[in-house]
Amino acid sequence: MNWRRASIAAAAAAPIIGLFAWGLTRDPNNIPSPLPGRAAPSFALAVFSPGQGGLMRPAGDTVRLADLKGKVVVLNFWASWCLACRDEHAALSQVAATYEGQPVQFLGVLYNDVPDKGRAWIAEMGGQSYPSVDDPGARVAIDYGLYGVPETFFLDGNGRVAFKNTGPVTPGMVRLKVDSLMAVAALQASAAQPAPAPRAPAKDRAGGPEKTGGAK
Amino acid sequence: MIITRSWKRTALSLAAIGALAGALGAQAPALPAAPKNAPQDSGALRVQVQGTLTDAQKNDAGLEALTKSVASELRCPVCQGLSIQDSPSELSQQMRTVVKEQLAAGKSQQEVKDYFISKYGEWILLEPQAHGFNLLIYALPVFLVLGGAVFVVFIVKRWTAAPATAGASVPTADDTE
Repeated sequence: MNWRRASIAAAAAAPIIGLFAWGLTRDPNNIPSPLPGRAAPSFALAVFSPGQGGLMRPAGDTVRLADLKGKVVVLNFWASWCLACRDEHAALSQVAATYEGQPVQFLGVLYNDVPDKGRAWIAEMGGQSYPSVDDPGARVAIDYGLYGVPETFFLDGNGRVAFKNTGPVTPGMVRLKVDSLMAVAALQASAAQPAPAPRAPAKDRAGGPEKTGGAK
Repeated sequence: MIITRSWKRTALSLAAIGALAGALGAQAPALPAAPKNAPQDSGALRVQVQGTLTDAQKNDAGLEALTKSVASELRCPVCQGLSIQDSPSELSQQMRTVVKEQLAAGKSQQEVKDYFISKYGEWILLEPQAHGFNLLIYALPVFLVLGGAVFVVFIVKRWTAAPATAGASVPTADDTE
């Protein structure tokens, strides 16, 4: 009789314990974004920090996503009040400089901050190789489903979101993602040039970045 | 001593039934209300939006109420369990502005919510949508309460079986079994 009761109690408790155990394996801060694989939300934002050297864009210039077609875009949301942004700044700035002259656009997007403070922060951090734009009212941030800063989006040459990274990036990770997206773009370009009529393989390749994104 | 034990049992079972009834009473209006209200509200309010949009200038109070209603259903991304209506954070304020603008532009409540779902995923909804796996959240409490009621009735019947057959006037009979 007691054994029967005990086994009933155990059977009732098992699914609840199982549920809690499964919950422990999940990171509550890791909320998957629905954006990777979809067309990147368009934007037109004004440059407030021009960047340096070959990556420079004059301040006041409007950067439109539509104008960046064919380029791999690295969209880094940051703020001067963000501590984690300090961790990734040097790495991002240095990696961006190495892609000068290539079809890659690094772009900082200031999130809930004042351009003056952003400029002061960049000066304090020793400069930023790529330009930064201001996002008044966090419109673009909301369009990209931003939770906080830093968050970095990698867009492929077709203007689609390929990857999203929450938290500070590392140089290796940025290089890996940018290089893989550039490789896909180059493949697509070479496939598009000799073939007079678009065929099925081109479509398969277009699905490439999402697949690697899912595996990440 | 014997009598107090029997009273204890009766009181215990009565308390259990009372608690269950209370829980049922509390659950019953809340549960069907959630899935039922959602489509009703959005339908009624959508008509309102379209109505107020035609008299564009008059919609301030109505638009505010609509904004409040949608904003109360959206989760603040930088808070813990707060809606963007209740959160004082900057991002929530900006999201409320987006909600208001989209409603003013003629979007329905559902379309505004869909916009945020397309950006943040279903996570952005404070109350999960009643479809697919989510249905479990709505169905499980009902099943548990009903199952609990059946269980309590079963147990109480078993406890009270002996005095019922022996006659209620002799409460000590079941304790001597």
